[in-house]
Amino acid sequence: MGDPLQGGDPIFIGGIDFGVVALVVLKVLIGFTFVMVGVIFMIWFERKLIADMQNRIGPNRAGKWGLLQTLADGIKLIFKEDLMPNKADRLVFRLAPYLTVAPAFLTFTIVPIGGLFGTGENGTIEVFGYRTFVQVADPPIGVLFLLAMSSVAVYGVMLAGWSSGSKYPLLGSVRASAQMVSYEAALGLSVVAVVLLTGSLSTHDIVSAQSGGFADWNIWRTGVVPFLVFCIAATAELNRPPFDLVEAEQELVGGFHTEYSSMRFGMFYLAEFMNTITMSAIIVTLFLGGPDGPSLFGPDIIWPTIWFMGKLFIFLFTFVWLRATLPRFRYDQLMDLGWKRLIPLSLAWLLVIGAIRIADDEGWNVALVIGISLASCVVGALALVGASRAGRIRRRAEEALR
Amino acid sequence: MDVFVFAVAAAVILIGAMGVVFSRNPVHAALMLVMTLFGIAVLFVQQQAHFLAAVQVVVYAGAIVVLFLFVIMLLGVDVAENVTVEPLVGQRTAAWVITAGSVGLLTALAIRAAQVSLGMPSGTRPLDGEGGNLVQLARVLFSDYLFAFEATSVLLVIAVVGAVVLANRSPGSTADAGEQEHSPTGAGR
Repeated sequence: MGDPLQGGDPIFIGGIDFGVVALVVLKVLIGFTFVMVGVIFMIWFERKLIADMQNRIGPNRAGKWGLLQTLADGIKLIFKEDLMPNKADRLVFRLAPYLTVAPAFLTFTIVPIGGLFGTGENGTIEVFGYRTFVQVADPPIGVLFLLAMSSVAVYGVMLAGWSSGSKYPLLGSVRASAQMVSYEAALGLSVVAVVLLTGSLSTHDIVSAQSGGFADWNIWRTGVVPFLVFCIAATAELNRPPFDLVEAEQELVGGFHTEYSSMRFGMFYLAEFMNTITMSAIIVTLFLGGPDGPSLFGPDIIWPTIWFMGKLFIFLFTFVWLRATLPRFRYDQLMDLGWKRLIPLSLAWLLVIGAIRIADDEGWNVALVIGISLASCVVGALALVGASRAGRIRRRAEEALR
Repeated sequence: MDVFVFAVAAAVILIGAMGVVFSRNPVHAALMLVMTLFGIAVLFVQQQAHFLAAVQVVVYAGAIVVLFLFVIMLLGVDVAENVTVEPLVGQRTAAWVITAGSVGLLTALAIRAAQVSLGMPSGTRPLDGEGGNLVQLARVLFSDYLFAFEATSVLLVIAVVGAVVLANRSPGSTADAGEQEHSPTGAGR
């Protein structure tokens, strides 16, 4: 661990004393505040932007331009009556909201939100005489932590639905967990492409490998496909439109959180927006160089954070934009997209990237290798299409027979 | 520090494991299982096996127990079960014998090797060689144990295909098998 080449924050090199502990606690607090303030403004931003896109005014009463609307809603939620259904499983019903919020914040801790990369400082800053990364934690398992946390997040949704002891939440939660488990595979496979190119799981290493400027960002180095797959899978993982079958208010009332009220409902709401911010931050980290960008004027140290925020904002905007424009998927379409399109696509792309890497190492003709691997991908795709068509025809024949 | 982490994780694991056995409600039992798995993940981290810890959470807690819960919820078996009937005769006696044996063995092990019971890293030294334990794990897996690895993946593919074939039987061929046994849809798949 102490080896700086393998990731691991330099703050721990000199042993752990009181200052180190205090600094880590401070980092956690800053990270938490960042996400919470982010959520408050994200909710306002989403409502305002959707209102704009739908030719409405949106929240405009609390504070200037309705900026304090979220705060007002939060206070209202705290003072509302907290109901618990008669048939609810009391313990699990209380536990579920926390299981949703905790992973949402924990994932954010692995995101580097500043620091100059590609220089001698290698993404560290000096605070009170300690050198440290500008991220709460840099575990050696890095992005695997993201996958671990997103699999924990399934529990919150699933248990919330089941413990309510009511039909619609159960349907919503079964949908949700099937959806999240399916898209986790696509999510993981597109992360593997990034890990393969970086040679490390640590988010800090992934960012510093992209620090050479615009052309070195993983979105180009992995050939855009993993980026697109990751974005789609992340949207599904977040249960945001067009993948919000989990809530589907027209069919399921409110989905898994139908029976929740007061601050327990508020926590699901909070987690959803926290997840949106965290996922956007992860996309920026994995594919867009994280805090990478040129320093324009003034002190160098503020620019990485400004670039990070800028990139983050693009994705937050896109998520709202998607919600305002796209209709919801049908359930079978959702599963088709996940299992029959995204997973084979990211697997095939992974093989192409692997082939290119081997060709590079062995000094083979790279163009030929790319050609052959793309050709075999096309053959595979055709086989897949053929197989699913044959299956469909057979199913139809069977139905006709019955 | 090591001992403290070990004590907390061990307590979590034991409480979880006992919870799995004693919970009347299957969903609570599954949740207790998740707690146990998390405790084990903490122990892995303590032994510097970060990758194993992550896999533990992703695969066991994230996939397998979710499937358990799925089955419990969809089949509606989430009610307390009658445990007074013994489904397998002699099962209870066997359980007592095996428990006594395991406790005896573990006690002997704890007395013989004090290190094991204190949660110290049980290897004599950290793995040497370049890269973290992920790099080394990958190197060993794809060189020395490549055959075992590939054989396992073939086995998994067979299992998946088998599951799909079994699940995909048309209801006609199973429900009234007597009439439709030789029909073109029921056989040959």
